[in-house]
Amino acid sequence: MTAQPADTRTSLTTVSRETDVPAAAALALGDDALVLSHRLGEWIGHAPVLEEEVALTNIALDLLGQARVLLSMVGDEDELAYLREERAFTNLQLVEQPNGDFAHTIARQLYFSVYQHLLYGQLAAGDGPFAPLAAKAVKETAYHRDHAEQWTLRLGDGTQASHERMQRACEALWRFTGEMFQPVAGLDSVDWTGLEAAWLESLEDVLRRATLTLPEGPRSAPWAAGAGRQGVHTEPFGRMLAEMQHLHRSHPGATW
Amino acid sequence: MTTADWPLWEVFVRSRRGLSHTHAGSLHAPDAEMALRNARDLYTRRGEGVSIWVVPSAAITASSPDEKDPFFEPAADKPYRHPTFYEIPEGVKHL
Repeated sequence: MTAQPADTRTSLTTVSRETDVPAAAALALGDDALVLSHRLGEWIGHAPVLEEEVALTNIALDLLGQARVLLSMVGDEDELAYLREERAFTNLQLVEQPNGDFAHTIARQLYFSVYQHLLYGQLAAGDGPFAPLAAKAVKETAYHRDHAEQWTLRLGDGTQASHERMQRACEALWRFTGEMFQPVAGLDSVDWTGLEAAWLESLEDVLRRATLTLPEGPRSAPWAAGAGRQGVHTEPFGRMLAEMQHLHRSHPGATW
Repeated sequence: MTTADWPLWEVFVRSRRGLSHTHAGSLHAPDAEMALRNARDLYTRRGEGVSIWVVPSAAITASSPDEKDPFFEPAADKPYRHPTFYEIPEGVKHL
């Protein structure tokens, strides 16, 4: 696809003609991966230990790789990443949440990687346009999921301080988890109800083994005007985008 | 928790089937399972391995530099221990 003016939003609701890829679905999955990748990248130079910094950035690079493939299905990857306005991003609100303390990052990883692993598993088993990508990505996300589960077990069943922080993080992010199971247009083969049941079952199991309690609150904010998939985002996302996009916007066309 | 609380682990990586595990480096981790995962991220991210061992550094008994002479010096002047003096009989193919 050739370069498009800044407002690419209308064109994205249609199916990309060359590839028969449902553009809205590619964009939703791609934005999830891109935004979470950027958040994880923010740990560079700040992670609690060097080994963990490499682990988190390895995951970030996996996600960036997925994002590049997905966004390239829709248009020019750089334009989509660096020149869209906040409202044109369709990522889940969960992935845009700030890193917080390490427990918050791990809770966000746990919620998202279990979801992504189950979703890619379903997509890989089908024969849709996302099957080849999902078949490769499902192995990456299996590792992301394992990483998050291992840390959840250790933080939950660690010291009293780590237990409290991990529980607090799980509670704080709980209200962003309902949105994950909103059907995405173009992913018609996905069994969203089954996905949600499998996700809840996994979460119950991991949290129980980590001596944590499954949060009980609502899984979406009642006052929310919409969700990330509709381009409605939480306040920290604007600041994240400003940082992510400023170089490209300040120096258009700059290369290394 | 700081790194000071975490023990040191030695990492051995087998680069492909048929070769032995080779020492790749060391890292900090809270336990063996996490050491294995950290080793995967640190030492096999460019496709270097098919198998990893991690061993607590404290479990390794190493020779001391002070013992270098009694340990290794006597071997230095015994060239007859090298197999170069052995003549391969004719007709032996797979030695």
